[in-house]
Amino acid sequence: MFSYCTDPSTLDGLAWLSCYLTTGKQFLFYTSFGTVLVLLFITAPVALAFGFGGAIAARSRIAPLRWIGKTYIAMVRGVPDIVYFMFFVIALDQGLEWLRHKWKCPDWDAPIRQGSDFLVCAEAKLPLSSSPQIWHEIYNFSLAVFTFGIVFGAFSANVLYGAMRAVPHAQIETAEAYGMSPRQSFWRVLVPQMWMYALPGLSNLWMILIKATPLLFLLGVEDIVYWARELGGTANPRFTAYPHGDWRLWYFLALLVFYLLFTRLSEVVLARITRRLSHGQAVLGGAQRETAA
Amino acid sequence: MTCWETIGAYAFRSLGYGERLLPRSDFTLCQQFTLIGSGMIWNVYYGVLALAFGFVFAISLALAKNARPAVLRKPAEWFVFVFRGSPLFIQFFLAYFLFQALKQVSPVFDPLTSAALGALIVLFLNTAAYSGEIFLGALRSVPAGDIDAADAYGMTGWTRFRRVLFPTMLRLGWPAYTNEAIFLFHATTLVFFSGFPAWQQKGDALYYARYFADKTFNPFIPYPIVAFYFVLLTLAVIGLFGWINARLNRHLPQEQRRRIRVRPQLIR
Repeated sequence: MFSYCTDPSTLDGLAWLSCYLTTGKQFLFYTSFGTVLVLLFITAPVALAFGFGGAIAARSRIAPLRWIGKTYIAMVRGVPDIVYFMFFVIALDQGLEWLRHKWKCPDWDAPIRQGSDFLVCAEAKLPLSSSPQIWHEIYNFSLAVFTFGIVFGAFSANVLYGAMRAVPHAQIETAEAYGMSPRQSFWRVLVPQMWMYALPGLSNLWMILIKATPLLFLLGVEDIVYWARELGGTANPRFTAYPHGDWRLWYFLALLVFYLLFTRLSEVVLARITRRLSHGQAVLGGAQRETAA
Repeated sequence: MTCWETIGAYAFRSLGYGERLLPRSDFTLCQQFTLIGSGMIWNVYYGVLALAFGFVFAISLALAKNARPAVLRKPAEWFVFVFRGSPLFIQFFLAYFLFQALKQVSPVFDPLTSAALGALIVLFLNTAAYSGEIFLGALRSVPAGDIDAADAYGMTGWTRFRRVLFPTMLRLGWPAYTNEAIFLFHATTLVFFSGFPAWQQKGDALYYARYFADKTFNPFIPYPIVAFYFVLLTLAVIGLFGWINARLNRHLPQEQRRRIRVRPQLIR
């Protein structure tokens, strides 16, 4: 990057470090922090949407829908979330390919599962084997986002379901007394009021979501953990102009500091939002948070 | 191979006893159930030991954070901040590389790089930080009247803590602590995915489940089996902690007792 970087073996100290930290590979590491942030900012609304759907389903008057909603909420209680992560990434991929297979190759009669193989016709592969590398990466990333959305949707469904029940019942009764239909009283009275009750739980969820992002590594996305392992490993002088020993300890220390700063910042911002929203509300934001924790 | 033979061969495979080679083809349901169940031994091992040691440390942390002298308070605050503010996954990686660096210094640190000890230390510190915060919250919500009553009886220092503060703190914090215990058991599945190697394929439940999912390319059998085992484990934890909760609250009238509600809010 800098003009003096042409021959790194002659450099030492800070000059060497400044060259080392600005190589192309290092920039891949820096952009992977962007990947994590992108994941967070896409996943949060997706999970919230899933959660909203789940909470509505759990309150439904139609019994099968209610069972689905309640099962979805209960699903994260007994089983580690990481099991879902590992399961959904493969299951979603195979499900999509199977659907495309049914649609694109209707006259294929061989079974899909043959021994230890999952075989679909070439046209049904996702993404197509002829498509460029970037599509494979985008596909992997979207699978990861969707998986995060499902799992964190279940957490947020739990929070939103609780929040909907926390809105005083008299409010709904008043709405009904004014002649609102159930739909109207839900959208005009319940939903606007529930956010205040949901906020402590959702803030907590955001922190959990931040701390779950390193699991992207397990889903096959080239994220910060992947690059920290890759770049931190011993660099042999035969393959690189910047040889060094095993620096993974320092790379992971950097990640630790990144996460500490990020969670701390979120904490401060969320505390401010809570205070702002509870302004003039009959609910004590602080007291509410205490009981939810 | 009948199912009984499979159980005989693989029931303690995760500890290194029985058949050396894992099944490689023609996987049966029995094999998957046995091996994944065998892996659960490690999950229970990590969970139980980390909770047992973590409990003592957590209470010391809560007391230190509540103490007035900054010498006690500050380190406890930083400890809790670091372990609660960063992902457990990163902590595992960092600890593993740290232990490897220590290994270069002296062979005394050799056992630390093994999953059995190294990962246990990380889980112990992590759960201590989380439960320390729970007990701190409980300690601060001990009713002022209880403390006044203790003062009125002339209790001070250790006696007051042992007879009044500690039982009430435990009682108030117990529902949240149950939650923490459940999610600690869940967190133990991360161990073998985060740097710590599984020597001779001795891994935990999720390690074997992933082995089967990779080999058969069929996630629909091994992962539900793990889920099944964990639901059982969670129910056992809730049962045990519920029993302790009932004992802690046995002096209270029925309607004042605090019920345990599972709240999935404490994942790391």
